[in-house]
Amino acid sequence: MTVLSVGRPTRPESATQTPSASRGHGLVQEEPLIFELGGWDKSGVDLPKPALDAADLGDLVRCEPIGLPGLSEPETLRHYVRLSQKNHAIDLAMYPLGSCTMKHNPRLGEKLARLPGFADLHPLQPLQTVQGALELMDALAHWLKTLTGLPAVALSPKAGAHGELCGLLAIRAAHEARGDARRTVLAPTSAHGTNPATAALAGYAVTEIGQTADGHVDLADLAAKLGPHVAAVMVTNPNTCGLFEREVLEIARLTHAAGAYFYCDGANFNAIVGRVRPGDLGVDAMHINLHKTFSTPHGGGGPGAGPVVFSAALAPYAPRPWLVRGPQGLALAEHASGEAAAGFGRLCAFHGQMGMYVRALAYMMSHGADGLRQVAEDAVLAANYVKARLSGALTPAFPQGFCMHEALFDDAWLEGTGISTLDVAKALIDEGFHPMTMYFPLVVHGAMLIEPTESEPKRELDRFCDALLELAGAVRAGDVARFKGAPYFAPLRRLDETAAARRPRLAWTPEAPTPQPS
Amino acid sequence: MRYLPLTDADRAEMLAVVRAPSVEALFEDVPAATRLSGDLDLPPHQGELEVERALAGLAARNRAAGAGPFFCGAGAYRHHVPASVDHIIQRSEFLTSYTPYQPEIAQGTLQVLFEFQTQVAALTGLPVANASMYDGSTACAEAVMMAARVTRRRKAILSGGLHPHYAEAAWTLAHSAGVVTRRLPAAVDAERAVVEAIDTETACVVVQTPNVFGTASELGAIAEAAHAAGALMVVVTTEAVSFGLLKPPGAMGADIAVAEGQSIGNPLSFGGPYVGLFAAREAFVRQMPGRLCGETRDAEGRRGFVLTLSTREQHIRREKATSNICTNSGLCALAFSIHMTLLGETGLRRLAALNHARARRLRDALEALPRVEVLTPRFFNELALRLPRPAAAVVEALAAAGIVAGVPFSRLDPRAGLDDVLLVCATETTTDDDIAALARGLAAETAP
Repeated sequence: MTVLSVGRPTRPESATQTPSASRGHGLVQEEPLIFELGGWDKSGVDLPKPALDAADLGDLVRCEPIGLPGLSEPETLRHYVRLSQKNHAIDLAMYPLGSCTMKHNPRLGEKLARLPGFADLHPLQPLQTVQGALELMDALAHWLKTLTGLPAVALSPKAGAHGELCGLLAIRAAHEARGDARRTVLAPTSAHGTNPATAALAGYAVTEIGQTADGHVDLADLAAKLGPHVAAVMVTNPNTCGLFEREVLEIARLTHAAGAYFYCDGANFNAIVGRVRPGDLGVDAMHINLHKTFSTPHGGGGPGAGPVVFSAALAPYAPRPWLVRGPQGLALAEHASGEAAAGFGRLCAFHGQMGMYVRALAYMMSHGADGLRQVAEDAVLAANYVKARLSGALTPAFPQGFCMHEALFDDAWLEGTGISTLDVAKALIDEGFHPMTMYFPLVVHGAMLIEPTESEPKRELDRFCDALLELAGAVRAGDVARFKGAPYFAPLRRLDETAAARRPRLAWTPEAPTPQPS
Repeated sequence: MRYLPLTDADRAEMLAVVRAPSVEALFEDVPAATRLSGDLDLPPHQGELEVERALAGLAARNRAAGAGPFFCGAGAYRHHVPASVDHIIQRSEFLTSYTPYQPEIAQGTLQVLFEFQTQVAALTGLPVANASMYDGSTACAEAVMMAARVTRRRKAILSGGLHPHYAEAAWTLAHSAGVVTRRLPAAVDAERAVVEAIDTETACVVVQTPNVFGTASELGAIAEAAHAAGALMVVVTTEAVSFGLLKPPGAMGADIAVAEGQSIGNPLSFGGPYVGLFAAREAFVRQMPGRLCGETRDAEGRRGFVLTLSTREQHIRREKATSNICTNSGLCALAFSIHMTLLGETGLRRLAALNHARARRLRDALEALPRVEVLTPRFFNELALRLPRPAAAVVEALAAAGIVAGVPFSRLDPRAGLDDVLLVCATETTTDDDIAALARGLAAETAP
């Protein structure tokens, strides 16, 4: 192994022989933790030295050192810019994580969400001082209701899983209002992990519904498992195999005939927005990840927003707060009385993710009805294009027919090679792409779920397909080292996740005692 | 359409590769009767200029906090955020990345999370913290659920000093899982009533400091009583700047500390997105909700970070997960961490002292008013006032005069019988002129 002049090892010898389409990584720098960099008496904020007589607080005053390092502004900028360069990002290259909808994030939304009239607004200001904000929420609600064909929406859920909880709690409240104590939720084996986790959180037992050989909900199994004990059926549509549940109307009919509600996981709404309204499919409740379909930035893991649209049957049970239009303009029903009396309660403090509402509405208005329809069409076309281009070399999980917005492959093409789905994903990193979603859905062996989205130009789709086809050639040629050792060109080589879990080290601890602050 | 790169020629070429006669054919699995034939009844696409004009018009119809005297707190706080914070969080690599599932190309986000967790642990005085929750209120609700799992008990005592929205959010989650919540009456000194409510069926007591009335309390006796009964103490803090002046939850015996982190690095944004802080004793780490970032090594022995202990989480454990949370508040946690790094120990202590000093100035000015009673004896930067008439009417009248006077307690809980209570808050952004304006306004509105 050779060493750079700064003392950092270059990539190992084997990597130099490995062909790669990636660019140079000479800009990536080592960067210590702030706790190793910062000064205990240094600050990047100029504040007056307090002449504090905290006698009124007595023994409540914090006397011990806290343990927070500080950095000046230039050091701070450099620290975070260096760290940022160790991240893949949608602005850098394709990020085809299936089920995550990593599409372009328009910067107009960033600009608008920062207007003082939105960003510098307190949630508990008098309502007459926030009429524009309430109008914006009302406009967002109108778009969501129109796009889904459902009459009501709860805006406050803070992410998709929070929306699932919102939907199931409304369903539970609706059943309980009739004195009907149902204890079970049905969900397919292919469901997102959040579905069973949410059902359990909402107090339900979860029963799995089987799947047909062609990747759809097994109707016979659904019918057999439905009964008076079933509160809801949770189905993702398009499902996590990237297929539209073509028997969706029958799923809804069977569900309703059993007295249960049809909950749709709307994580994949991007595939059908503007082309199909979930309300026309018999859906009673569906969360919409604004950070997926309506492109509020994922931010390295949030924040998102998960508004839930409701059918007329469930609308009365939605959580507080509600928007109410009266003679004085818009108001919020924040307490359990009047219009919000039947609601199941409150999911969180205040009114939800306003910053995300601004971005999502800007996105919707920018696209318009015509553009949103084009979004779905381009997303579906891009996924089918990837599927068609790769199907000769990789093995599609469901080769027959078209997929929706994501193309699903299994690992049959890797059988006997000693190379796994994980290895392929890591090799894709060396090609400059973020890997696809791996090992999900669970119903497909060694799953690779590719969601290109509508944001990719054709040349980028081709570059990605070319890279994967080249990797498939390397698999066939038995170049195992290229895969097992990958990634070679990332800021770090493969990380030991087992060691991290065995002896968890979740916070930095000083090797020497923390110096006293001055 | 400016966001869609495919041209009609691209689409035709791609359809040929796909062997589909038309885009319509790709939607063949959608029941024909439900396929929309035209556009929905919504406006067509618009340029940046038009969208900006429309939304800026809505923004202009709001009265920004910074537009004049402003005294709202009660769970969300107006603070100055250094310009570099917002610059950094808009870098593409932070803004447009996903949850760091591929650690080799997400070390930026992961190192930030590790630093964030360490900062939160230090602030709360507890050894482990997670990578963030949605906000303080959902963190509080999850803490109640976690305490029920740890103790295998099904009852939570909520102090009457707990923010009513937090109590309601905790009730929602607990109720659905069969955990009973007992909410004690709202009072400025509600913590006094907590100890006697604890029994041997109690999973946890949830106490807030400073509480919703602004009262800062020593909670050691509550912790002792809880622990003696086999229960946990959950401490809630809605104003994270207070960690720079007040004794931390961990030092008072907290088993779990949750907080709203908005005050550091994040704008008010009408209630969200915010960032929930969640810290606990080490023994409970496997019962914690949310993502955890841990240190490890790469194949060449270099230090790196990964998401860890994910066997607690929904994508692995499904219905047996400790929580259903997936997306959290990553970018808000980044903003928090950058601002905290800029402040450092010295800056945070100064900021906290400054907030307390401003609030004392506010207290002094309001105490001088003959018909206004200051109810909160020991506070950080918030106070409860008793007015001679309903606070909501006073707030409405002063808003018309350009003064946002604070939060009427009845806005949070109309059934507490505290309609005459007004919650006011001062931060480093509050000027002497602001305070004088409020004092004049309150004097006029409370005159006999």
